[in-house]
Amino acid sequence: MEHGSGGRATGELIREIFESQFNSDVLSEMEDAAVIPGEATIAMTTDSFVVTPLEFPGGDIGRLCICGTVNDLCMRGAIPKYITCGFILEEGAEVETLRRIVKSMAETANEAGVKIVAGDTKVIEGNGGIYINTAGVGFVPKGVDIKAKNAAPDDVIIVSGNVGDHHATILSQRMGIKNTIQSDNAPLQEMVGKLVASHIPVHVLRDVTRGGLATVLKELALSSSLRFDIHSDKLPIDLQVKSFCKLLGLDPLYMGNEGKLVAILPKQYADDALAIIKSCNYGANACIIGSVNQPTDEIETGALIMHTEIGGKRFLDILQGEGLPRIC
Amino acid sequence: MEFSQLVDYLRNYDGPKIRLMEVCGSHTHAISEHGIRDILSPNIELLSGPGCPVCVTPTAYVDKLIELSLINGTTVVTFGDLLRVPGSKESLNEAKGRGGSVEMVYSPMDVLDLAKRHPDRNFVFAAVGFETTAPIYTLLLDNVLSKGLKNIQILTALKTMPGAIGFLCENGANIDGFIAPGHVSAVTGAQYFDELASKYKIPFAVSGFAAKELIIAIYGLIQMVLNKDYSVKNFYTSVVDNEKNPIIEKQLAKYFEPADVAWRGMGIIENSGLILKEEYAQFDAGSIGLDVDNKKNKACRCGDILMGKAKPEDCPLFKKACSPMTPQGACMVSEEGSCFNAWRR
Repeated sequence: MEHGSGGRATGELIREIFESQFNSDVLSEMEDAAVIPGEATIAMTTDSFVVTPLEFPGGDIGRLCICGTVNDLCMRGAIPKYITCGFILEEGAEVETLRRIVKSMAETANEAGVKIVAGDTKVIEGNGGIYINTAGVGFVPKGVDIKAKNAAPDDVIIVSGNVGDHHATILSQRMGIKNTIQSDNAPLQEMVGKLVASHIPVHVLRDVTRGGLATVLKELALSSSLRFDIHSDKLPIDLQVKSFCKLLGLDPLYMGNEGKLVAILPKQYADDALAIIKSCNYGANACIIGSVNQPTDEIETGALIMHTEIGGKRFLDILQGEGLPRIC
Repeated sequence: MEFSQLVDYLRNYDGPKIRLMEVCGSHTHAISEHGIRDILSPNIELLSGPGCPVCVTPTAYVDKLIELSLINGTTVVTFGDLLRVPGSKESLNEAKGRGGSVEMVYSPMDVLDLAKRHPDRNFVFAAVGFETTAPIYTLLLDNVLSKGLKNIQILTALKTMPGAIGFLCENGANIDGFIAPGHVSAVTGAQYFDELASKYKIPFAVSGFAAKELIIAIYGLIQMVLNKDYSVKNFYTSVVDNEKNPIIEKQLAKYFEPADVAWRGMGIIENSGLILKEEYAQFDAGSIGLDVDNKKNKACRCGDILMGKAKPEDCPLFKKACSPMTPQGACMVSEEGSCFNAWRR
């Protein structure tokens, strides 16, 4: 508990664990607030991370908290620049674990091209848990206007890679199921940056996190007041994740991801956009999964329709409840 | 016939109206997942019967689990989808929120580890299921006995299919043919349904769960209905034999005996379940007599829906007071439930 007192131990904790890794000129000044240069349109976001277990195949809470905030900024077409982080450490949290997490944050920030410019640490009673809040600032290039409402008829829907990996990893860890599934935990600034820089008029970008692909697409269909049509045989899902889901009665369409995006853009740019995404880190399995269309008399506004392999239709909605494993 | 021709046949079928029922929750789920209803002619109606183990569990059983979870020193261990099923007043999840001790696992065998790690706590496994899940509980009991664990019990709500199907046939559900449960048949053999087929003059088609397997079985079942072929045909031969699995049969007979048990919305059905034998009564956390079915919402029509007498859309609560977030009956809770699947299609 001493480490949360605000006294010497706090100072030591900050210097030894955080500062040595984050290595930021702004942070080193140890001021109460960061003053950062820039005058473009600013994007801001914040997110809290409470994942169990703290470390998992393919990532950890440190990588997660940087990617989450970086990706949120990217989804407005912003170039992420600065991040703040607040740690809440429960008594009993292991210093070695914390050290690894902080190192992972630093490496991920480096990969994503963001600086960690401010931080805070509190220690509370508890059971060794570590929770992190990050906030981020990014700058939106001139002329870029990416938002959920912008989807238009005849747009294509691209997903940047396999869905369900992160959720399957976390569930496997919690339930002690052995497999080689890894979290997709990754920063997406490269693919977004390249899409924006190549002047592809991207209408919508959305981070496919909790609730999964179906929830995200349904929300977008509702915001745009159009209908979205996707095809089950086009969905990128890892075979092992697919089997894992079948076994537990889970639907990969409703499973969380931490390094996937949905891009919606005009059809004539589809091939170029897909090629760009595929050329980037974490985009190799990207594919076009469907299209945006006008609602019809039979199919209402905001509908998300999955066309199945036998030519049937399935209407998808947002995730209800928690996505609990089924009995058989 | 090419597969696409089967699909065209089902799409354009204009013969007499045919009502088929699937009695397996995984079929209900697969039919919805593959959008199969969408390709069927209006003259072919697919009904979802009492095939979801969670859906057919009476409220008294859920209430008993809640009661156990609130006893100091006792933990209820369960599969995920039972957590949200409403009892007469609340669900196990809600009880957990006010201090009930509930653990979710993906395999009943996980309770062995819990019991070893916490020897001072009692663990009660919510043993729901059909012929398919029951054998796993016998393996659990084998382990409990061989490891000498004293802190594991089960609360059973085990159902067997033939009693329920017979009840449906006798109580006027007007079904023309059954899609026989694929997983159950893998355990019992396809012959399990022979007696029902000849007694009630109704065909059975054993089906797998892939879209193509279901289409083939539905097509086959329609031919059987039209030809008045009241037999059992196995369209899932890659997995299902005609004969029962002797190892599983022996294992079940070791611990369980047939009993009259209560089904949600249908009442007590003769010889339609399994209970622990007298000599293993020490493992029973109080399963006998949990027959009362006090609906949380009196207007809920889960019972009629399970029997094929009503469709989810006929229930006054459907998509109003009852949604997956606010389930009034069990059929809206499980991913295998008729109402849940109707809600999302």
